[in-house]
Amino acid sequence: MKKILANLNKAFENKVRLGIMSALMVNEHMDFTALKELLDLTDGNLASHLKNLEKKEFISIQKEFLNRKPNTKYSITPSGKNAFVKHIKAIEQLLK
Amino acid sequence: MDKQKYIDDLKDIKDIMNRSSRFISLSGLSGISAGIIALVTAYLAYANVYAGQNYLVDRRVSVTPEMFYKLIGIGAAAIVLALFAGIFFTARKARANNEKIWDRHTQGLILNLAIPLVTGGLVCLMLLLRGYVGLVAPLTLVFYGLALVHMSKYTLSEIRSLGILEIILGLISFWYVGYGLIFWAIGFGVLHIVYGIYMYVRGDK
Repeated sequence: MKKILANLNKAFENKVRLGIMSALMVNEHMDFTALKELLDLTDGNLASHLKNLEKKEFISIQKEFLNRKPNTKYSITPSGKNAFVKHIKAIEQLLK
Repeated sequence: MDKQKYIDDLKDIKDIMNRSSRFISLSGLSGISAGIIALVTAYLAYANVYAGQNYLVDRRVSVTPEMFYKLIGIGAAAIVLALFAGIFFTARKARANNEKIWDRHTQGLILNLAIPLVTGGLVCLMLLLRGYVGLVAPLTLVFYGLALVHMSKYTLSEIRSLGILEIILGLISFWYVGYGLIFWAIGFGVLHIVYGIYMYVRGDK
């Protein structure tokens, strides 16, 4: 039991962060607007959770220009993927 | 331990993964309309090719150049009509689902459908021009099935099993060259209608 709990990640207890990670698991990358529309969030709310995940190095950011407008792309890092898979497995264990 | 929260979490994860990577607004009505159009087309082709023949006695088919272009015309008209009907019903469902009809998901979907489909179409066209009419029906079924399996990653998972059925039907019809039109009517007509009804009952409102 203790081992299972250790695999649960506090970072993913939050619904927004869980949503961001789920979306980035199945998409190579997503930009800010796409994430915002998908999860139905305000700019500020999404930005703060993205920053949080970036600080933990679960996601990476790539800035570029699209039609001369700045466009920020987010993608999941290997360590983010790893932590998220562990988290899902721990949930499944708990629910057994 | 709050189990309900984790059950909800898992449901959210699945839902977001699906919504963010698949186009879920494919309408069952698109399938039904394509199926009906295919059946009508098959009947028209049959009536033209076997006109004036006693099909129980003589199953030989002679396609004159004039007939050939007429058949190509009927087929092309059917494809255009089925596409329009399909896009219409799917666009309607997408609006209801608040999903975009033209974004990177649908672009990926169409590209992945088009690669095997265009390849198959070109192969069939070359065979037709060389006179191998009998192989065209089986090949269109097989290539269409492969295209569906290929695109199923980007849309509703039912499309995958529909694709596999089309491939199997196509392979069987290779063995019964001469009955192509019947297999064609089953594959593009009956299967589309059956799957369309199933998807409509499950997903459309």
